[in-house]
Amino acid sequence: MNQLHRRNLVSGILAERDDNLLVVAGLGSSCWDVTNAGDRPENFYVWGAMGGATMIGFGVAKAQPDKRVLVITGDGDMLMGMGSFATIANDPVTNLAVLVLDNSAYGETGGQPTHTTGATDLAGIAKASGIATTATIIKDSELAQLKELTLQAPGPVVVVAKIIHEPLKFVLPSNNGPYLKDRFRVSIMGEAIA
Amino acid sequence: MSENALDWPADVHRTLRDEGVTQVCQVPDAGHKRLIELCQADNDVSLTTMTTEEEGIYMLAGSWLGGTKGVMLLQSSGVGNIINALAMPNTCRIPLLMLITMRGEYGEFNSWQVPMGQGAPASLEAMGVRLHRVDEPEDIAPAVKAAARLAFDGQQMVAVLLSQKVLGFKDFRELAK
Repeated sequence: MNQLHRRNLVSGILAERDDNLLVVAGLGSSCWDVTNAGDRPENFYVWGAMGGATMIGFGVAKAQPDKRVLVITGDGDMLMGMGSFATIANDPVTNLAVLVLDNSAYGETGGQPTHTTGATDLAGIAKASGIATTATIIKDSELAQLKELTLQAPGPVVVVAKIIHEPLKFVLPSNNGPYLKDRFRVSIMGEAIA
Repeated sequence: MSENALDWPADVHRTLRDEGVTQVCQVPDAGHKRLIELCQADNDVSLTTMTTEEEGIYMLAGSWLGGTKGVMLLQSSGVGNIINALAMPNTCRIPLLMLITMRGEYGEFNSWQVPMGQGAPASLEAMGVRLHRVDEPEDIAPAVKAAARLAFDGQQMVAVLLSQKVLGFKDFRELAK
């Protein structure tokens, strides 16, 4: 049984962030978790684009090699974009980490089981796709390792955290795409870019 | 290529570089072969191969978020794969530049290419993509320049459609010999 609480994990990691960290949050609960940990211009919230969060983060990471880019997304989003692992592994960047919050459920649509309930191992798929560093985290005692992998370890990194499927209050960020895009770009490159 | 033939891929490569493009995403197509090779040989261009075309749409959205201009090279069958992905550049007003080689039209031998090739322009327009269709080789590079300006300065999603007439068509009977 999954034991980890998603809000504790995400808040624990992001409590140690600095201005150099850019965060891309995948659709649904991952967006609420990242917002709950503190909204900031360096966060980009993906309100749709299912299957795309990891590639968005990859694009940012290639464009901003001096920044650390952390994608935080769910197992449903990652299952829809598994080809991203192969694409990234074959054009690797050292500044990208992907944290998959895996509750084995489609949380926004009624909690239907995803394939990670059964036979499918997302970290294993990432590893077999050629991602240099992969791990699955199952216990709170591994939080220090999780922080190191997501914030420090040379990328590309894919970490899967086995979290509890639990009802939580929605903490909603803005869903205004042009605003989220512009403030993210300005936070990196300054007002002249707007 | 004969000596007198227009080297339009070289012109397109130069145009893309002039317009500031440094990230090229692609799912290969025969019609893009020489352009892909030119990008591969250019140390100032990053060429990334996708497993499927929607990855490129998302990657280029990320590139723009990080301040890099990019282009997606795909063929018309790939248009079917990117439809939902286009919602992101559409709703966020993120520039998108695509060069699409057309199949399923002028002289196509493979019926399986026809539905998506014929449906691609209407599908793209339904998602808000502006189209520049090109039927003559000498018009390709100017169309790419205009599309890059409309995309990056006008903050639009723009596709240059390279018609099968300009690319030539595979001769099925020759290939089977």
